[in-house]
Amino acid sequence: MFFNWLGALPGAAAQGMIWGIMAVGVYITYKILDIADLTVDGSICTGGAVCAVLVTNGVNVWIAMLVALIAGMLTGAITGVLHTFMGIPAILAGILTQLILWSVNLKIMGKANIALPIRNYDLILAQINTVSSILVLLAFVGIMIALLYWFFGTELGTSLRATGNNINMSRAQGINTDVAKILGLVISNGIVALSGALLAQYQGFSDINMGRGAIVIGLAAVIIGEAVITRISQNMACRLIGVIIGGVIYYFVYQTVIFLGLDADLLKMLSAMVVAIFLAVPYWKKKYFTKAKGGHHNA
Amino acid sequence: MLEIKNVTKTFNPGTINEKVALKDLNLTLNDGDFVTVIGGNGAGKSTMLNAISGVWKPDCGSIIIDGQDITAMPEYKRAKFIGRVFQDPMMGTAADMEIQENLALAKRRGKKRGLRWGITGAEKEEYKKLLAQLDLGLETRLSNKVGLLSGGQRQAVTLLMASLNNPRILLLDEHTAALDPKTAEKVLAISDKIIRENHLTTLMITHNMKDAIKHGNRLVMMHEGHIIIDVKGEEKQKLKVEDLLDMFTKASGSEFASDRAMLS
Ligand SMILES: Nc1ncnc2c1ncn2[C@@H]1O[C@H](COP(=O)(O)OP(=O)(O)OP(=O)(O)O)[C@@H](O)[C@H]1O
Ligand SMILES: [Mg+2]
Repeated sequence: MFFNWLGALPGAAAQGMIWGIMAVGVYITYKILDIADLTVDGSICTGGAVCAVLVTNGVNVWIAMLVALIAGMLTGAITGVLHTFMGIPAILAGILTQLILWSVNLKIMGKANIALPIRNYDLILAQINTVSSILVLLAFVGIMIALLYWFFGTELGTSLRATGNNINMSRAQGINTDVAKILGLVISNGIVALSGALLAQYQGFSDINMGRGAIVIGLAAVIIGEAVITRISQNMACRLIGVIIGGVIYYFVYQTVIFLGLDADLLKMLSAMVVAIFLAVPYWKKKYFTKAKGGHHNA
Repeated sequence: MLEIKNVTKTFNPGTINEKVALKDLNLTLNDGDFVTVIGGNGAGKSTMLNAISGVWKPDCGSIIIDGQDITAMPEYKRAKFIGRVFQDPMMGTAADMEIQENLALAKRRGKKRGLRWGITGAEKEEYKKLLAQLDLGLETRLSNKVGLLSGGQRQAVTLLMASLNNPRILLLDEHTAALDPKTAEKVLAISDKIIRENHLTTLMITHNMKDAIKHGNRLVMMHEGHIIIDVKGEEKQKLKVEDLLDMFTKASGSEFASDRAMLS
């Protein structure tokens, strides 16, 4: 049994990295833009669906992934427009897009599930080639983090960070905060869809339910990553690496819990509960462990 | 250079909370004017500054800067003309970003933000010099997060940000009110210096009548959404607090009331 568990770890690492990439998307909205974006549950599936449909129709896998990325960016744009242009609260905007995507994803696939076996198609990763999959994912992670690190250091990227940090100040400094939010959502969901495309290849199929609860896994990875890395470095690249590590740790724990014989049906509930508690900790800290600060507010 | 023409703003119209915050407000600022603004609670002072910065659109009237009507221009676009410091020290800066990043954000106010690096080496040197002039020891802390600074330090940084690139108009909304008296005095002195050295056209709200008299070349008093007293030049220099209170009673037919006003 112990050796079974040990043997499952590389697979968990690969799976964890894929979810870690998705969590980087969540990090961009949740941590940088200060928006809880629920689009991800839908956009990860969009990525998987687009990739699976294209590849099974003979399109080169790299092109399929590129299209998946663009499709994901579009889903982010939908949420962004619902939120900024139509004034819908961000959470609700994400839920609406998620629902839109349920139909869209079904239409893309034409059915609820598409098989994508490695023996029939030229894929860049697959569950049976764990080691090479991990190498491919490492390359992806490296390039993605380098690109994001660069972007968030640019004038445009800085304006996104400012928007998430203090929106009034950002407007006073001439930042079009609506554009900044849309751009952030676009980048985030592009990354999420890309992780969906990777996931579909890795697990060998794309499924309409593959994104259910993705936001919770993403948040868990972000929170674990923060706990691991913030004390070491505040640097943006390190934080993003932390998120990937968070995803891997999440999957190690997941795998272990399954090996310990826990009912797999309960896993989503447990994940949600753990995330809920971790989200509550900073609130409790503020509420019970700091003195209330007075002072009047003047608009 | 700034003209506010017949601006009216009603909040929550048609409800029980209806409030006419600006009523046919008119004010013209000349280039280089440093105007102090006083008035009781709810007189509409902050609302006037919000109208200028475009937080919302007025119900009627127009706002003109350098002959250009900006009444319909969104807030982020007119930011290129305007530098702002708020009463709440938390409001003017991004707490989780570095001091130099905040300054770099302000430096790009009104400019296109592209894919160039967010801050240049030359800028860092410039910011170091500017911060050194504040005399708050911030010049060695360029890469510190703004959230680590005290309220007074944050206001001083916000002032620097607001004055970068010489905005056409500087708006200060009781920007020293949340600070302890000593810090408030220091920040006010810094403001005065920055305004003078850069010849910035300025509107400064204060609840301290003495400060209002001491600073600037012009003083206006607001009441019920418009300006009831406007004194300039020599007449203003000679003003005393009692004169102001007298003028207020005559112009408004009521006693001056403000829970925060400092009369002495
Ligand atoms: N966004 C808003 N929504 C509703 N009412 C508002 C809003 N902003 C201001 N008001 C109301 O408009 C009136 C003028 O407010 P304003 O903040 O301009 O006063 P002020 O002169 O700055 O007073 P203070 O000295 O208290 O800061 C007040 O009665 C206020 O309650
Ligand atoms: Mg006010």
